Amino acid sequence: MYGYMGKVLRVNLSKRKIESEALDLKVAQKYLGSRGLGVKTLIDEVNPKVDPLSPDNKFIIAAGALTGAPVPTSGRYMVITKSPLTGGIAIANSGGKWGADFKATGHDMIIFEGKADKPVYLSIEDDRVEIRDAAHVWGKTSEETTEILQNEIKDSKVLCIGPAGENLSLISAVINDVDRAAGRGGVGAVMGSKNLKAVVVKGTNKINVFDEERVKNVSSQKIKILREDPVAGQGLPSYGTAILVNIINENGVFPVKNYQEAYTDNADLISGETLTEKYLVRKNACFRCPIACGRVVKLADGSIVGGPEYETIWSFGADCGIFDYNAINEANMLCNEFGLDTISAGATIAAAMELYQRGYIKDEEIEGDGLSLNWGDSKAITGWVKKMGLKEGFGAKLALGSYRLAESYGAPEISMTVKKQELPAYDPRGIQGHGINYAVNNRGGCHIKGYMINPEILGYPEKLDRLALEGKPAYTKVFHDLTAVIDSIGLCLFTTFGLGLHDYVEMYNAVCGDIYNDETLLEAGERIWNLEKLFNLEAGISSSEDKLPKRLLEEPIPGGPSKGHVHHLNELLPEYYAARGWNKEGIPTEETLKRLGLEEYIKYSRLAQA
Amino acid sequence: MNVEVRLFAYFREGREKKQIITLAEGTEISNVLDMLNIKEEEVSILLLNGRDGPSDRKLKNGDIVALFPPVGGG
Ligand code: SF4
Repeated sequence: MYGYMGKVLRVNLSKRKIESEALDLKVAQKYLGSRGLGVKTLIDEVNPKVDPLSPDNKFIIAAGALTGAPVPTSGRYMVITKSPLTGGIAIANSGGKWGADFKATGHDMIIFEGKADKPVYLSIEDDRVEIRDAAHVWGKTSEETTEILQNEIKDSKVLCIGPAGENLSLISAVINDVDRAAGRGGVGAVMGSKNLKAVVVKGTNKINVFDEERVKNVSSQKIKILREDPVAGQGLPSYGTAILVNIINENGVFPVKNYQEAYTDNADLISGETLTEKYLVRKNACFRCPIACGRVVKLADGSIVGGPEYETIWSFGADCGIFDYNAINEANMLCNEFGLDTISAGATIAAAMELYQRGYIKDEEIEGDGLSLNWGDSKAITGWVKKMGLKEGFGAKLALGSYRLAESYGAPEISMTVKKQELPAYDPRGIQGHGINYAVNNRGGCHIKGYMINPEILGYPEKLDRLALEGKPAYTKVFHDLTAVIDSIGLCLFTTFGLGLHDYVEMYNAVCGDIYNDETLLEAGERIWNLEKLFNLEAGISSSEDKLPKRLLEEPIPGGPSKGHVHHLNELLPEYYAARGWNKEGIPTEETLKRLGLEEYIKYSRLAQA
Repeated sequence: MNVEVRLFAYFREGREKKQIITLAEGTEISNVLDMLNIKEEEVSILLLNGRDGPSDRKLKNGDIVALFPPVGGG
């Protein structure tokens, strides 16, 4: 077997039973691995209608076909489960080193079932797999947990939840290697609901590759492309993703104060240039990554911690009216410690600030917490993050995310979410293709699964006019499918600054055997996207949820370079469905499902149409 | 006429990050690039009042030009 390790761990936490099963290679190849294989497993084993925080939900961790292999950026793994935040599919991935070490234990995937009667963690040292007591780390932060468990198993890598996941926060994340996060969809709460604190891995297995010589050549060729690419080889390593602050702001699509504005004169205070000049200690790279976009920064108290990504700088910064790097860096560190999704955590505070601004939230409700909800109050954000993580005081309401918060005041329109998940840092009123990506995204408000910022703002792989509508739906569809491929083979999306579809075909085939060509690999991505959609439909998320917050459709951007624009979703949506081969109601047709080899799932399409 | 020029990332090395330049009517963005000693092929994103486009666009009083080398993130 090439690329894949051939083994799947099934861990029933209720029965404390661990089984090692053989990987079905044909299925793994058809769904590539990681995201695709996890979604296929979830839909086959879990009724999409289950309560996501019940023992009936399963929590799947999967490595990609190329995870751990000697190709660039191969450190990634994926978490797949039913999301307690959206009620649909959750697919959250992360880099760092954990994924590669997990694969080195000789496994491709873990399926967690049921619920432990008390806190536990799973340790995997090759074939020695044990469910161990975790009472001593329950309640601990991710850094404390990692340190304690690494003392128990030397030279291991730790994936865990923080207090937020234990407290079932719907915006909680899974953290690995202390400061990398599988962030979105509230996946931390699913681990928490199962009393599963951590998964500790240490492995000695080698990945068997199809053609060693070819892997070597293909890999060094791709590394060369990435090194020579101006963004992957210079821009990202120099400035990290924070460089986007000024780019997005200068385009007038940088959301300020919960999307009430889209441009600020203060952007340079929280820009990538300023981060590099004043706070950066060093760069950081995930496993086998020649790009090294990760940042290590110094906090105001002198401590050295993992630095913020662009999205986080925005959510705790401009979205809350804050232009203070020390506060943003600290909020980011606290999210890693408590195990919170930085996008949703910051954006939820921003929504709370707008609810306060408009008089929905009254002073009496937050008095006891000793924290304000005033725009620009940088002390408040770090205070609220702690309270969210611990579910203390008003923080308990924030821990459920902005949609449930705003809805509880009868004002759900204040929540800038799609399918109840907070939107990231790009105002789609001035980036029409990216808006369609937000609206139809299977995992709710998400930028990364169809990053139209690349062509619409950055000019990769070609420049598109960000305000134009023509051709955008079909373009977005291809991005969705390609991203599903990259996620599922187990590489980092930032390789798309430099690499294209054919490069991924070459790497997959060299490692796994000559299985795919350009057309069939992209089609595998399409297959995965369709299967996720079917999961959502059966979970009760109809395509009427493919929408954007009212503000983005009806209120023109009030000022700045994109002044006057709204998003034209109604014109774009039918075209997206058509490009997908779905009917007008946004349901995959039988013909499309047959073409993609998804015959066995046609029942879900029929049920959705009934 | 006066035009504001904003520079980002390594374009700032040895240059003002923000300046107002007085220009003759009819000046194009490409003339500004020459004045700043920035080669056109070094520019990845060339914004005139927030819109990306070619360097032969003519400038008018009050315009804002923002220049980025190839940088990106996600
Ligand atoms: S580009 Fe950044 S996120 Fe991607 S693998 Fe490299 S360091 Fe990790």
